[in-house]
Amino acid sequence: MSGIPHDHYEPKSGFEKWMDVRLPIIRLVYDTIMIPTPKNLNWMWIWGIVLAFCLVLQIITGIVLAMHYTPQVDLAFASVEHIMRDVRGGDMLRYIHSNGASLFFFAVYLHIFRGLYYGSYKSPREVTWIIGMLIYVAMMATAFMGYVLPWGQMSFWGATVITGLFGAIPWIGESIQHWLLGGPAVDNATLNRFFSLHYLLPFIIAALVAVHIWAFHTTGNSNPTGVEVRRTSKEDAAKDTLPFWPYFVIKDLFALTVILVLFFAVVGFMPNYLGSPDNYIQANPLKTPAAIEPEWYLLPFYAILRAFTADVWIVQAASFLTGGIVDAKFFGVIAMFGAIIVMVIVPWLDTSSVRSGRFRPMFKWWFAFLAVDFVVLMWCGSQHPTKLVGNISLIAATYWFGYFLVILPLLGLVEKPLPQPKTIEDDFNAHYGGAHDAPAE
Amino acid sequence: MSHVEDHDDNRRDFLYFATAGVGTVVTGAAVWPLIDQMNASADVQALSSILVPIDGVEVGTQITVKWRGKPVFIRRRDKADIDLARSIPMDVLRDKNDRNANKPDLPATDENRTLDKDGEWLVMMGVCTHLGCVPLGNKAGDFGGWFCPCHGSHYDSAGRIRKGPAPENLHIPVNKFFDDQTIQLG
Amino acid sequence: MIRKLTATALASLLLATGGAFAGEDLHTKDVAFSFEGPFGVFDKAQLQRGLQVYTEVCAACHGLKFVPIRTIGDPGGPEMPADQVRAYAKQFDVPDTSDEAEPGDTRAANPTDFFPPSQDPKAPDLSLMAKARKGFEGPYGSGMNQLFKGIGGSEHIYSILTGFEDPPACAPEDFDGYYNTAFTVGGVPDECKDDAGHSTVEGTWMAMPPPLAGEDVEFAGGAPNDLDTEAEDVAAFLTWAAEPKMMARKRAGFVGVIMLIVLASLLYVTNKTLWAPVKRKAREEEDKATGA
Repeated sequence: MSGIPHDHYEPKSGFEKWMDVRLPIIRLVYDTIMIPTPKNLNWMWIWGIVLAFCLVLQIITGIVLAMHYTPQVDLAFASVEHIMRDVRGGDMLRYIHSNGASLFFFAVYLHIFRGLYYGSYKSPREVTWIIGMLIYVAMMATAFMGYVLPWGQMSFWGATVITGLFGAIPWIGESIQHWLLGGPAVDNATLNRFFSLHYLLPFIIAALVAVHIWAFHTTGNSNPTGVEVRRTSKEDAAKDTLPFWPYFVIKDLFALTVILVLFFAVVGFMPNYLGSPDNYIQANPLKTPAAIEPEWYLLPFYAILRAFTADVWIVQAASFLTGGIVDAKFFGVIAMFGAIIVMVIVPWLDTSSVRSGRFRPMFKWWFAFLAVDFVVLMWCGSQHPTKLVGNISLIAATYWFGYFLVILPLLGLVEKPLPQPKTIEDDFNAHYGGAHDAPAE
Repeated sequence: MSHVEDHDDNRRDFLYFATAGVGTVVTGAAVWPLIDQMNASADVQALSSILVPIDGVEVGTQITVKWRGKPVFIRRRDKADIDLARSIPMDVLRDKNDRNANKPDLPATDENRTLDKDGEWLVMMGVCTHLGCVPLGNKAGDFGGWFCPCHGSHYDSAGRIRKGPAPENLHIPVNKFFDDQTIQLG
Repeated sequence: MIRKLTATALASLLLATGGAFAGEDLHTKDVAFSFEGPFGVFDKAQLQRGLQVYTEVCAACHGLKFVPIRTIGDPGGPEMPADQVRAYAKQFDVPDTSDEAEPGDTRAANPTDFFPPSQDPKAPDLSLMAKARKGFEGPYGSGMNQLFKGIGGSEHIYSILTGFEDPPACAPEDFDGYYNTAFTVGGVPDECKDDAGHSTVEGTWMAMPPPLAGEDVEFAGGAPNDLDTEAEDVAAFLTWAAEPKMMARKRAGFVGVIMLIVLASLLYVTNKTLWAPVKRKAREEEDKATGA
């Protein structure tokens, strides 16, 4: 599958041969799990398995919660309390599901930033990257709709704000918004359809994950050096790789278990820390909470959305140039989606011929700033939209766009990369060689 | 030399088995709540035993209450009901089992089916033992008790099957006097 | 000189941005509740006292509509005996929805019913109040206070109940509401605001009159009933009402963490054992290559 020369599946037993001729599923599983994997993958490569686990976790806990939840505006909040109080183990299931979403996004951000640092998005892995971005957008939609279901104050008002964004689209916006809501405002129609779609999207995500894996199995995994696996011969390939099972399955399971220790500690001891107390108040369409904010994982984009107020010069310029069609609200929406789009097209913005940030000394700094910038944006999204917070948001948003649209294209032209290892084998050996005590054998 | 290697191999195998074993235990611990959550929730379990006030029930009348999702007949029988029920010999009964969860597998005498010694209180599941319809009461049918309109089963004044397709007497659930104003079901 | 300039600059920056970080201080008194921390447990006697305070004082206006009455007999809570739960339930009236009832009829509650909703429509339901409020925040949006002290909903309830004070001098006599130092979202008279419109007083005016003054309830067994203790007891009770499964959850969390640590340790050793030959070979090849 991956174009890396290696031994493929050979059916051995009578049953295996019988099956292989009729439905080669054992072959598929075997070849997938034994795929030659670069032996020098570091701990930033574990997030894929964490993400797969999170998807399964959320689907299973979600299906089980759906057995007790009622998607109707007068009953939804009470049904969640029924789960918390009366359903056996219901409180744990609910907290696992709500905190599972946080774990999901924590892992996806580390996974994405790994890709940005090591140039995983660069040729020939652009399609893997794009599918990954599609998964990310689907995750955000799923999480947003899921948060509406408990029908607390934040559920309702968050839904009102975000669906209101569609209303910002010129001319057709209001029709789209009413179509989305099933009425003039967030109400029972909205809740019901969000429940249906929240149940559906994870399975679409699962299908996208299968294609995502297919894509990076076709190109082969990237690795921290950005140097490709040798494909000159089976022997050379074997020097650069190890079969995924058992080496990376066990390594990933170990990392996953460590993360689950922390996850379970959060679920058991501080399950409401990442949430909003306002969501323990039943939705009241007539009373807005003091601060409307989404869950932490959507805060950076929320900050970008809010940053572009009517007094910002670029908003005023856009408004002038479009004859008033683009106003502050619409500009914010464009900026918010734009922040994701620049990530999607990064394979074509980065001009460097070197993949991995390890060998790009200037890039390393700009990337570090990007990571800090992301956290700053997250903080901005959590704060009241004062003048100071607005200014910080603008600076941070500018850097975000600047990194992708200006810095990455320019860096590839001016940066002098460090020397890279010839092969993965060289990199791996160098890592474990060097000064050490000879083991007593 | 090979002795040491064997030793290492054994240690490694033991390690793998131990890890797989603990992994299985952790997975089992994770799967169990997923199965258990489908068991009856606390609110359903709380209704597994209910208290029914009987102070308003007149002699010769019946109340029907819902318990565990099904109807339960609580009839305060009059003298005619009691005498009729006690006049029936065992051998004419189709079902000789008292079907009483409180004193199981005894002969289906009237005394074994009523809640109190005098036979005034009769508590039965209002579910026909044929296919589950709710029989009509108040001395309905040919035997002065209950009649099921679905397929024509007749029960006598002690709720025992006398005619029609039903195989068993109306079942008597776990019940007792909670106090003299209240019957506890379940 | 530079230091002084920097200090002044920093001070003015912080003062100027004080508006940005307004609301940082929620005036919450920290209380060492028995249920705090990973090994915290509810104090059964305290929950029973809190239940009594709720029943005799708060229930007049505030409902508890998501709490089934039977749960006050459940393990991990006030653990009232079954017959007391039955007797306790009877004092509440709930709508009678049986076939014989007219709309608007009520009947005495039994343990399987929920507590009634708020009798006063302006009084919020208290079922989730301990989780619906925060007592701590920041500093500066970092989330550190809540990480170490908890969300503080219970502490907030305690602070409200003990936070009623005489209104400050700037307030006019007839201003609506009752001044409370822990209430941050109430009204403030114009006389107590500065030129920029910011409040100059610590608290705000809330619609609820002080429900407790101390010695409002007599506890059997003579437990102290001063304002502080009553407030703490009812805050603990309301925390239980919001999170009845808290102790079981913490226990499950502890057991789960231990089991996962054991599994993680085994997987660590397994991983190390599995990779050892690969890494050994890498060392040997590197030594060969570098001529070690």
